[in-house]
Amino acid sequence: MKRVNAVVVGAGAGGGIVAKELSEAGLSVVLLERGKWYTAFDCRKDDLRNQRTSVLGNAFGPDDERNPRVAVDLKGRAHLVRASGPGYSNNAACVGGGTLSYGAMAWRYMERDFCMRSTYGHVAGSTLEDWPISYDDLEPYYEKAEWEIGVSGDDSGNPFRAPRRKPLPMPPLAPNREFEILQPAARRLGLHPFHIPMLRNSVPYGGRGPCMRCRWCVGFACEVNAKGGTQNTVIPIALATGNCELRTECMTRQILTDERGRVTGVEYFDAHDRLRRQDADLVVVSSAAVESARLLLNSKSALYPHGLGNRYDWVGRNFQGHSYTGAFGIMPEDIYDDLGPGASIAVCDYNHGNPGLAGGAMLANEFIRLPYQFVGMLPPDVPKWGQAHKDFMRSFYRRAIAIQGPTQEMPMFDARVEVDPNVLDHWGIPVARLSGDKHPHTIEIGAFAAAKAEAWLKEAGAVRTWKKLAGPGFTGGQHQAGTCRMGDDPKTSVVNRYCQVHEIDNLFVIDGSVHVTNGGFNPVLTIMANAYRASDHLVKGWKGTRYK
Amino acid sequence: MDRRRFMVAGLAGSAASCARSKSPWRLFSVQEARTVGAVCAHIIPQDQDPGAVEAGVVVFIDRQLSGFYKPLQKAYRQGIAGLDRESANSTGHAFADLPAATQLDMLRRIERSPELKPFFDMLVAHAMQGFYGDPRHGGNRERASWKMLGVASPPLRGRA
Repeated sequence: MKRVNAVVVGAGAGGGIVAKELSEAGLSVVLLERGKWYTAFDCRKDDLRNQRTSVLGNAFGPDDERNPRVAVDLKGRAHLVRASGPGYSNNAACVGGGTLSYGAMAWRYMERDFCMRSTYGHVAGSTLEDWPISYDDLEPYYEKAEWEIGVSGDDSGNPFRAPRRKPLPMPPLAPNREFEILQPAARRLGLHPFHIPMLRNSVPYGGRGPCMRCRWCVGFACEVNAKGGTQNTVIPIALATGNCELRTECMTRQILTDERGRVTGVEYFDAHDRLRRQDADLVVVSSAAVESARLLLNSKSALYPHGLGNRYDWVGRNFQGHSYTGAFGIMPEDIYDDLGPGASIAVCDYNHGNPGLAGGAMLANEFIRLPYQFVGMLPPDVPKWGQAHKDFMRSFYRRAIAIQGPTQEMPMFDARVEVDPNVLDHWGIPVARLSGDKHPHTIEIGAFAAAKAEAWLKEAGAVRTWKKLAGPGFTGGQHQAGTCRMGDDPKTSVVNRYCQVHEIDNLFVIDGSVHVTNGGFNPVLTIMANAYRASDHLVKGWKGTRYK
Repeated sequence: MDRRRFMVAGLAGSAASCARSKSPWRLFSVQEARTVGAVCAHIIPQDQDPGAVEAGVVVFIDRQLSGFYKPLQKAYRQGIAGLDRESANSTGHAFADLPAATQLDMLRRIERSPELKPFFDMLVAHAMQGFYGDPRHGGNRERASWKMLGVASPPLRGRA
């Protein structure tokens, strides 16, 4: 096949943006995506088959049949896991990646999220470290992501937010009932509640209509395209340049290198399982923390016997994500308003500055809980079945509020992605093997956040509350991050501050894998901002026909 | 294969499978479906609102067992047989033929039995899915559980 300037592996939050930035700058780009390109018509609104509740399968991939993984439990036993099953750490496999079906919270990390080590010092047992870049380095690109993809909300009421030059481009959605209840309660507690920023149109924006406020949001594609993901924003722009070709259902097997150790392209299986080779001047890996690490580790050669970028055994390390902790509350009366997306109000009072804790968590009310989802949220003392269970569902479904947030995680060197020595996927490629645990301090931070969430619900008048706490085990999941750490020292990181693999100048990793720490926030806007920043640098270093 | 031959082959196939089995179910025998229904009637009982059986949970499970839950067919077959064996050993009757109070006692025992607990837990999970999940999968007939919870089906906003 015709040689191109760049191959981007993965059309998700990071890869979609890289493809757009590179093709707009005149580079020829092939964007490889292992999944399909779904549209708004594939929304389906199926309570049992979506990306959040996958008891009848993943709506947007990967499929169970071809994509097994191995997960190692805390007793060291390895289990073969299905893509839609527990322990898989799934993110969607489709054009747009997780951004097709996410809840779309659009958080900027705070300044201290980029310098956790200098803020809190060494945390024993954790690889907690500073990013090589600061919030200021990323700020212009946060702004670009907010305005190009489109963010609604209003964080002007958040005194803890990091400085921004421009406000958000769209106002928040009108408050729902939970917002009206939780806002005054938060203020009485001395907290600073505000409207959650979301990659979601509240008014027409970017040629797409506003949110119609349906019940089926997180886990589902938006049938009116009000949620902005890369599949309905930057990827169509990339294709319109004429410089970018999107190839779907293409599974990359390995990155190819020459005898000098530079990258020459990739080998992949196309939609008909034929092995193809695409030569390129540079390769960008944007497959999310599990699959990006897997691809680097599977790209072995005489020069790179342990995989690419893995000279010092850092690829796949520091696998992280978020555990969500918080609380549920039963209100004295019916408060269900059926006004999606549900999540509307947040506080950042507990992200930093908590006595004795290295970090914290943002707290927000939760998306609308579909009836089946609520089954899994009942208090521990309610029977799991029978009349009492049914009575609880009937009496309290419309009276429940949930508040929770993503815990700032203490990275663990031994929480990791490897390639399994035995198990192969449908294409004969060694699968990802996930193992490791949570740092005990992560669990402590989560318990602190849960207590704060419970106090907020009580102040709001909840007559009964119960907590949701984090258990042991690695996190990963849709917020997966950390496996190709960004850093200045090649001995303790995989990529440099420009997301370039230390030892290979024409190989980049641009996705959540490079996050040193993952904030107490949903990571997607940071993945997007960093993709804009890394692309910017890449384009500036582009010398006509080759990368220097 | 052209369209016509495909249709003929399909018809022949379904005729053959009808002849093999007198059960109206896709996977269950009549007796197996009775047992599953009797258990589900305790997991989500009928009261002023429909219970699991009335809402079609057995239809949901039967349908999924020839679909996404195909790998669980064996677990179901063995679990149902185990339950009926347990019932026959302790009472001399099939589970579905016992009085409701005896059934409930037995389920509370089974919930703690290492042998049958995994099957019972699976049945609880599937009953909840069939009862509270989307009607398109065969359960939650006429949106029974959504009506019970007071969640309107959405004729106005978006496609269902």
